[in-house]
Order: sequence, then structure tokens, then C-alpha cells
Amino acid sequence: MNLIKLLDSICPDTENKEQEDRFYSRREAFRQFGDLSKKLALAAVPLSILNSIPTVAKASTESLIDVLNYALTLEHLEYRYYQTGLDSGVIMSDERPIFQKIRDHELAHVNFLTEVIANVLNGTPVSEPSFDFTAGGNFMPFDDYPTFLALAQAFEDTGVRAYKGQAANVMESDVVLTAALSIHSVEARHASMVRRLRTKKGMDTVKGWITGNDIGTLPAAAAGIYAGEENISHAGVNVVNLTGIDQEAVSEGWDEPLTMEQTLGIAGLFLSTSN
Amino acid sequence: MKNELIKPQGLVQKTDRRNFLKMGAFSAAGAGLLLMGCDDDEDMMPPMSGKVSLGSGDVGILNYAYALEQLEAAFYAEVMMGGYFANASAEEKIVLGDLEKHERAHREFFKVALGSNAIADLEVDFSAIDFSNRTSVLGAAKTFEDLGVAAYNGAGQYLESADLLLVAGKIVSVEARHAAAIRDLINPNSVDFAGDDLIDANGLERTLNFEQVLTAASAYVKTEIDFSQLPS
Repeated sequence: MNLIKLLDSICPDTENKEQEDRFYSRREAFRQFGDLSKKLALAAVPLSILNSIPTVAKASTESLIDVLNYALTLEHLEYRYYQTGLDSGVIMSDERPIFQKIRDHELAHVNFLTEVIANVLNGTPVSEPSFDFTAGGNFMPFDDYPTFLALAQAFEDTGVRAYKGQAANVMESDVVLTAALSIHSVEARHASMVRRLRTKKGMDTVKGWITGNDIGTLPAAAAGIYAGEENISHAGVNVVNLTGIDQEAVSEGWDEPLTMEQTLGIAGLFLSTSN
Repeated sequence: MKNELIKPQGLVQKTDRRNFLKMGAFSAAGAGLLLMGCDDDEDMMPPMSGKVSLGSGDVGILNYAYALEQLEAAFYAEVMMGGYFANASAEEKIVLGDLEKHERAHREFFKVALGSNAIADLEVDFSAIDFSNRTSVLGAAKTFEDLGVAAYNGAGQYLESADLLLVAGKIVSVEARHAAAIRDLINPNSVDFAGDDLIDANGLERTLNFEQVLTAASAYVKTEIDFSQLPS
């Protein structure tokens, strides 16, 4: 998906704000319309029908902006973390390309979300906060490579959970949802790579996927990042009972969401007090 | 457009909603509205025998996911019995053993979640894969995992239920974790785990539509899959 396509598809050639609102609220409208819409679809839709669709979109555009600004804050954090890491020289030279690639993706996410918020949704993108990656002097990620990798894992796994937690909040816009999903899976790829890299280097025993709520050798402060990942029931189905597969493997097979509040609690540790 | 069976007809060009919007027959706002509700209009044909139909609406999307999970689970079950796995490194045995369990769990979950709406078991055809050969097995695993991610990413927008969207979201990130790990087994410590073949300049992973995914999958599935009732 490129940005032009996105702009093109999210901003229909509407004549007025109301039509645009309807575009965003289409999904909601269909919940209410049900079968009627299918019959109407065969004929040109009279304007009176369009007018009868509830206008929920102004509020939902604002809510999309809020969600994307939240995502943008996390992307700022990740981008600045990797850029600072690359500048610091803490990363082993053989592994720099991995973190350059991840940095490139996070920067692309920053730019993409900024663009969507500002020029598609006509909102105000949050500017980059000041970060304190030592979390008040507790970590030295830019002096110590194992710490750098540990925090990278923490940020990536948090990012995956954070995006997942917002899927339902953007689902009313197909385009925003699809973009968010397309970022979400990239974060998951990063997470898998960093986790496995740490284990290959003998720093941990974690796998690419999250086993139970295991924090491995991450500092105890990371517990909140993995809390709830031990879940083995989905849509009311206990998958261990269903399949007889061990609890560890079943927990690995599903990633869990974090709420905005939970995520900001984690990210807040790394915000500078000067903000 | 009916009978969009993957086999034997192969690719059937579908007009997607984007193109429809460009046609300008209606105002764009109206066009999106129209198409969204159209998916059941063509359901008058009786179901054809010897094939599976994914169905429509959220059930159709879940069956789509179930079909892919069936394919992945069947693949890893075969991997477990093959010559490559028997002699694989300890690390690769852990990875592939985990993937077998995860995909089997996904498959069984969808089957029970769909209940009586679940499609029948698909007949798979892995004759193109040499299960004694590492390159062949890992190459196929990469194909399946990358395909799964792109499929879930592309299908999410068609789910109407927020709960089901969350369930799909819980699974797709695990598929992405798998894909990155398999890619790293193939080309260790490289940037392939999130390669430019999949991730665009905006940092967004590719999405594939139903037809693209099922066409790719059809190389490994004998059962004909009718996806014509899926939302579009």
C-alpha cells in the first residue's frame, strides 16, 4: 500500500463533509442496515437513503487521530531508540544491518503516521517527546549491548501488543485498519528477530514467540509487558483442553493485546521528566 | 461473478472496490456503500458438490483462515515425519516443532469456533515439496508463513465483528513471528526477517486479497475452494 493509494482511497471525491463522514461510517452503517442495503445496491441509492445513515464520523475521525497519535508516540520512541543505538556504537558491527533495517522501518512508520494524521485526517500529529532510555538511570542500553538488545525486545513486544489492542478502535476505517495491521506484523517480525538474536547470543532462552508470561532474563520491570500472554482461551474456547497440546505451546500460538493505558504505563518509564 | 473456483479456471480477474470507485458510476461515498452489501446477492446457485464453499460474511472469513491453517498444519505434520526434520539441528527442531503445534492449535480452534459452518477437511498435495531436503522444506515454510500474514492482513478489513478481528490479530502476529524465524533460518542474521520483498517504503507489510492467496495456496490444495461469497 502506498500513500497515494491510501489518500486516494480514504478521501473519496465527496462533495461535502457529510458524504465524507458517511464514507468513514460505512461499516457502522451496515451493521444497522442489514439486508436492506443489499436490495438497495441493485439500484442507484437515492440521496434520502444516504441521508438516513447515521453520521458518526466526526467523532470517529477524531478517535482515529487519537489512536494514530498514540501509535505515533510509540513509533517515535522506537525510532529514537534505534537511531541513538546506531549512533552510539554499542551495536556489534555484524548486527548493525539488522538494526539499521529496523530503524528504517520505525522511521517509515513515524513518517507514514505523521502524514496520515496531518494530511488525510486533518489532525495534528504529536511531536517527538524527549526520551530517557535509561529510565531514570536504571538501564545503560547505549553502553551495554545486552541491555540494548533486552530493551529492543521489550519495545518490539510492547509495540505488537499495543497495535493489536487498537484494531477494534480503527476498524471503522478499512484503510486505517489495514495500514495498522500492516505495521503490526512488521513489529512482530522485529520482535521475533530480536528475541531469537538474544537467545542465539546466549543472553536468554526466549524463542521468537512468547511463552506464557515469561520475561526470560529481562529486568523485573518488564513483567507488565508480558502479563496476560499466558492466555490459552480464545472466543470462549480453551485450546489446551480442546487439543491436548501443552499449555506453553498454546500460549505461544496467540499474542495478546495491551490497552492504551497499559502501554503508556510501560512507555512512560522511558519518557524524560522534562516533557 | 460466479464460480470463482481456484481450480481449474485459475485466475479470474475481479474488479476490486478501488477500481470500482474509479469508474465513477456513483459518487465514491455511495460506491463503497453499495459494494459492501453486495456479497450475498449472487448466492442463488445451489452449492456445487465435491468442492468447499467458504461462505459469506464473518463466517466466510473464518473459513478462509481455517483453510489456510489446515494447509499449514498439514504441512508441518508432514515435516515432522520427513527426513530433513529427523536430522535437523536442535534449533531447527525446536522451531519447526513449535510451528507444528501452533498451526495445529489454530486449525482446531477455527474448526470448533466455526462449528457446523466449518468447511470440510481440505485435501492437500505436497508433491512439490521434498520433505527430506532442508532447502525445500524451509522454502515452503517461508511461503506458507508469509502467505498467512499477508492473508490475515488483507482480510481483517472485511471482518464485521470486533471480537473476531481481535482473535485474527492475536494469530497474525504469531504467523509473522514464525515467518521472521523461518527466514532467519534460511539466511541467518540477515535483514530477510523483514525483507524489502515484503515491506514497502512506508514500513507496511504487503497484503494479499482472497484471490491472490487462494491462487498461491492452490498449488498445494486439491480441493476446489469457492470464495465467491466472501465480502468484497
